[in-house]
Amino acid sequence: MALDTAWATDWVRRTAATIDEHRAELVTLDREIGDGDHGENLDRGFRAVLEAVESGTFDTPGAVFKTVATKLISTVGGAAGPLFGTAYLKAAQAAGDATELDADTLVQVLAAARDGVVSRGKAAVGDKTMIDAWTPAVDAATTAAQAGESPERVLEAAADAARSGAEATEPLVARKGRASYLGERAVGHRDPGAQSTAYILRAAVDAA
Amino acid sequence: MSVGILVVSHSAAIASGTVELARQMAADVQLVAAGGTDDGGIGTSFDAITAGIEELASADAVVVLCDLGSAYLTTDTALDFLDDDVRARVHVSDAPVVEGTVAAAVAAQTGGDVDAVLAAARTAAASEADAGGASRPDGDQPGGPVPDTGAGPADDVAASATVQLVNETGLHARPAAEFVKTAARYEAAVRVNGVDAKSLLGIMALALPKGATVSIEATGADAQDAVDALEALVRSGFGE
Repeated sequence: MALDTAWATDWVRRTAATIDEHRAELVTLDREIGDGDHGENLDRGFRAVLEAVESGTFDTPGAVFKTVATKLISTVGGAAGPLFGTAYLKAAQAAGDATELDADTLVQVLAAARDGVVSRGKAAVGDKTMIDAWTPAVDAATTAAQAGESPERVLEAAADAARSGAEATEPLVARKGRASYLGERAVGHRDPGAQSTAYILRAAVDAA
Repeated sequence: MSVGILVVSHSAAIASGTVELARQMAADVQLVAAGGTDDGGIGTSFDAITAGIEELASADAVVVLCDLGSAYLTTDTALDFLDDDVRARVHVSDAPVVEGTVAAAVAAQTGGDVDAVLAAARTAAASEADAGGASRPDGDQPGGPVPDTGAGPADDVAASATVQLVNETGLHARPAAEFVKTAARYEAAVRVNGVDAKSLLGIMALALPKGATVSIEATGADAQDAVDALEALVRSGFGE
């Protein structure tokens, strides 16, 4: 399936489903090193997103991303709202008017999303945040696209790298967000934002 | 120039409580609370922040005080959606929300421009720490001894006075604010018991009770006028 508008809306559907399915797990991860609201907030946000996307009509993936962005920003309530919201907003801008994302555009969309999160949250790789999932995803997508892989394969490479990146946050000391107050005590726990990033990108693969 | 203040907190109670606290010392300043999520939970609301900035549309400038991380993230995101001319009027302070809001509100009440308000907020945490040390002298006597600030009563002290607090509540919030407002009217650098007399939180942290000795020192062109005005204010019991 091409990465077109139907894919983008299916991605939203699958994201809402996977976040709902993993809500308890995300709550637990966040309770261990944060304030415990990540799962609830994201679930509430994507329910609102799903409602808006199901009831609207869209001509491009970019238009879908923009709706996701504004809904997340106005409904999530925690840091994930502005962070993911900015990611989708920048993704929408990078996707532009394209009705279908080719491999290169997909890389630009992922990179713009990652850059949006970085500029909003001021986090770097290794800070134990969602950037630790986003940046490996962008790197892997770039490599796959340069190797001439299809958009679907590029997306899959990104999702695989995001999952590994999320796992790799476990030994880290957090330098941003609520977990940074814990110091060494955050070691051994996976960052919930990196984990939800991995789930969201996996949903994109499943929709393709 | 009028400066409005927006308090952004994860908790509606913290935001409205902070506004209430600051309003006690800054009755004429526009203070708006944007706390909690839209459904009344803990979190920050893009819509409430946007509405808060709109509510302060009549102020020449808006200073935003935020609590934990995502309050800043949501505020920054809200600012991105504003028109450039509105955006240019809004300034986000990184001061701690309660201390910063109170200090900012008093600065705004005393006619400070946006830079003065931001500076007051910024020094809020630091001045409290400084004064906290100064207010813990070795003795338990009211007010404690005048701390040695290093420079001590230096040669350039142009005027000074020592006076006892006569009002029942001592130098608590409202009298402290009166004291700061009065000190702020003068060019002179004024210190009270070793603490900057223009720092509300510094003075409040001295926690001077009734009967405590207040030592006022000033340097600068209008030092004598400043000391006279402050001495009269303390002797008057702050109207209590």
